[in-house]
Amino acid sequence: MELSTLIFASMVLPTLAMFANLIFAKQANLRDTITFVAALLTFACVVAIAAKVGNTTTPQIVLFEVFANVPIAFNVEPLGLLFALVASGLWIVTHIYAIGYMRGNNESHHARFFGCFAGAIAAALGIAWSSNMFTLFLYYEILTISTYPLVAHKGTPEAIRGARTYLGILLGTSIALQLTAVIWTYTLAGTLDFQLGGILRDNISPTLLPILLALYAFGIGKAALMPFHRWLPAAMVAPTPVSALLHAVAVVKAGVFTMLKVGVYIFGIDFLAETGASDWLMWLAAYTIIASSVIAMQQDNLKKRLAYSTVSQLSYITLGMALASQMAVVGGGVHIAMHAMGKITLFMCAGAIYVATHKTEISQMTGLGRTMPITFAAFGIGALSIIGLPPLGGSWSKWLLMVGSADAGHQIMIAVLMISSLLNVAYLLPVIGRGFYRDDTANPYTGIKEAPLFCWLPPAATAIGCLILFFTAGSIVDFLMPITGLPQ
Amino acid sequence: MATAVEVHHTALTLRDHLPILQILIPFCTAPLIVFLGYRSLAWPMAFISSLLSLIIATMLLIQVSDGSYISYHLGGWAPPVGIEYRVDAANAFVLFLISATATVVLPFALSSVAHEIPCKNHALFYACFMLCVTGLMGVVITGDAFNVFVFLEISSLSTYVLVSQGSYRDKRALTAAYDYLIMGTIGATFFVIGIGLLYMTTGTLNMADMADRLVGQGGNRTVQAAFAFIVVGMGLKVAIYPLHLWLPSAYTYAPSAVTTFLAATATKAAIYVVLRFMFTVFQPDFVFDTHILVWIIGPLALLAMFAASLIAIFQTDFKRMLAYSSIAQIGYMMLGIAMFSVTGLTATMVHLFNHGITKAVLFMAVGALVLRAGSTFYDRIEGMGRAMPLTGAAIVIGGLSLIGVPGTAGFISKWMLVQAAFEGGYWWLALIIVASSLLAVLYVWRVVEVLYLHTPHPDATHTEAPLLMIVPMWIAALACLYFGLDTRFILDAASTAADGLMAGSAGMSEISSAAAAAADH
Repeated sequence: MELSTLIFASMVLPTLAMFANLIFAKQANLRDTITFVAALLTFACVVAIAAKVGNTTTPQIVLFEVFANVPIAFNVEPLGLLFALVASGLWIVTHIYAIGYMRGNNESHHARFFGCFAGAIAAALGIAWSSNMFTLFLYYEILTISTYPLVAHKGTPEAIRGARTYLGILLGTSIALQLTAVIWTYTLAGTLDFQLGGILRDNISPTLLPILLALYAFGIGKAALMPFHRWLPAAMVAPTPVSALLHAVAVVKAGVFTMLKVGVYIFGIDFLAETGASDWLMWLAAYTIIASSVIAMQQDNLKKRLAYSTVSQLSYITLGMALASQMAVVGGGVHIAMHAMGKITLFMCAGAIYVATHKTEISQMTGLGRTMPITFAAFGIGALSIIGLPPLGGSWSKWLLMVGSADAGHQIMIAVLMISSLLNVAYLLPVIGRGFYRDDTANPYTGIKEAPLFCWLPPAATAIGCLILFFTAGSIVDFLMPITGLPQ
Repeated sequence: MATAVEVHHTALTLRDHLPILQILIPFCTAPLIVFLGYRSLAWPMAFISSLLSLIIATMLLIQVSDGSYISYHLGGWAPPVGIEYRVDAANAFVLFLISATATVVLPFALSSVAHEIPCKNHALFYACFMLCVTGLMGVVITGDAFNVFVFLEISSLSTYVLVSQGSYRDKRALTAAYDYLIMGTIGATFFVIGIGLLYMTTGTLNMADMADRLVGQGGNRTVQAAFAFIVVGMGLKVAIYPLHLWLPSAYTYAPSAVTTFLAATATKAAIYVVLRFMFTVFQPDFVFDTHILVWIIGPLALLAMFAASLIAIFQTDFKRMLAYSSIAQIGYMMLGIAMFSVTGLTATMVHLFNHGITKAVLFMAVGALVLRAGSTFYDRIEGMGRAMPLTGAAIVIGGLSLIGVPGTAGFISKWMLVQAAFEGGYWWLALIIVASSLLAVLYVWRVVEVLYLHTPHPDATHTEAPLLMIVPMWIAALACLYFGLDTRFILDAASTAADGLMAGSAGMSEISSAAAAAADH
């Protein structure tokens, strides 16, 4: 098949699945099957694209022009392809999990839920294939709006409040700051195309460069850089599959992916390194990494703890961009995949625990590991990957980021990453320790069994995925090398 | 220039009479409706007439899309003695907006009016409606300053009547119409005083002629006073903050169909007149060299954007909220003028159109909600988004366009406005513009939450609106999405219009003579 057909198919299939969900609202099995098939086909499309183009950058496919030199256009490049593979691949896993979760939990409004979910995936793929900042911004906003009903899903006052924060911060930052940055870039450079090495060199005075970068960094609210991170914990009111796929993978990764795109293709890594415009961002990212880890330690609600952990981990990727050295940027890119696999495991386990026991607080989970061994084992593997221990995927991205810090001459960032790892140990491992090693005589788990098959199988699969990623990390690094601009 | 006029006049095909037909068709429909007096005939006649108007406006727009203009002499009397109708890219664009809105709103009006206004008034209602269309299009098409006033009065008087028709639903419509009458009359008086002063100075009423004679008269106090009277007088009709006091009540209490039509067209026609006088009659140099106006219009525009948006956030009635949002959006259009650049003016023209269709969607949805829920107070329309999925979805689309989310028409105008700010070097203004759109997020999202996340009111009828309401609403909603992506038509038309306006009257004739020369070959 033609490359353009595959690209459009990968965006159209989830869109069709969205409408199919709304049309067949009443036929639950038919609806879920259609979505599953669509998810498989979408992933197949993305894999076919990967097989076709490898890690080369393809020419633009222009749909039509909106402003002079600003078309709606798509292309394939390594970073986007990686993001698309992660988002579409994990959609299959999460869909299976979501069926188990939504049915096992007797949640309502399934059609709206799965419909919006598919819509969000379509938007995430649109972000991945965007070949200019305008197209990316368009899909970025669609992603925000299509996920709003998912966050507000339960319709309780708490959910409405959470959804309000979610929408307010994401829409607010993107319209107030990111849009300004995009239009500013356009007036400076006359184009918004992503080009290796950036489009701003020679077009902007060095004093304004950090300001423009700040508009982007804060405007990309989905990257959850402090102080615009509050939407992510607020979004935890959503059903767990949403937290798993969207708020550990698609939405937040869309944010940091945009951040990397801006760093690599709008500013250019070398330009950032020469001017030092991103130094402040590096410190802010470091602060976010440490501060949100500390906040995570204080959370008793498991999902909230994971949310703050995500805030911290996202800033790894922002840090990679801000360090502006080749290895750091590649490390950031690799971390998109590694963190996605690890965090989705953790979230799905949290959801499995909720389905089986209706417990949300960590303090209530004492001794639970013995009754739900598979779930807790998967949780343990995911946690170790997030911490960054071999033989799990997360260790590589952390390693690359450390190498990148040394390359950039900011050795202190190595210390930040170390401390962060220790903090990760401090807030993730107690969950497992509590589950396996402490008996709670006052709280015997009578009648509680392992979660339903559809709920424990997917996290088990992604936990194994974490293991596999450790051994395939080398090929991911090679795959991403073109974005550094180094000759291969 | 004179030879071009001769060519237009000797030809006797129908195509050459389009400018006058644009006015005559709706103008003659109004008395015809009254004289025939059949209630069942009133609506079809009004609809056919506005459809014809739309066709004519489209043809005119195509004819002038190359930047040329059409000069039509009424009764064959050559200007400046005779009345001239002059169609260029700027007003063909507004004519298209007005006739298109009328054509889309009328099908919607059929069921909405039947519900909100007693049967015996229907024929008169549609007659008034056609008079209003005539007046607005006349204001826009004419090239004669006094003629502007005449048409302004036609549109205003019919509007007062139309607004007062809301009294069958809420008696306050009468005071709203009365307020509007007083304010509108003051505005019209100011306007005619301004015209009088100009006539005194120049001895002509033809706008192009007036412009020629005003060159170099910048220091003349009479001319300055005339300018002030005209801008303030028209400012009342535009509802430039703080001359907006008539607008919220008039929009809130008028029948839904009337509000829809007025919101999409009436203030837009008035803005066009302001533009025409600022840029064609008074030269841009006169208006902007002093820089005084920039420092009056600019801050007032910003005030409108923030104050009116803030007021909108705290409204408890959907329709009233939209009225305040209109005042805020007019602020955006005035800001585009104040920036005084081609991009700024393009932004104004684009927003004129885009805001027109956006508000059309929203006010039509209001009409549907009135029909089913009884009123548009937030506590009455709770949960209606789920009961009326199509109306609810249209409100979401319109609301997103009001915020300026990408993929909607409102985004394009915001983009142009911010771009104009950056090009002019006002980067702080760009930040202010986007900050004000955050207020739109607040007032739009409040409605979305009410519509979708609250439990429905027990007294409301939980069925979708009739098809005749849904179809026009969705035509406008799809237009909102379409013009958010395909900008060729809108940006071309708006930038041609802006180019023409920025060049003043001199630039216009240069462009047109070039076009005429091109046509000769």
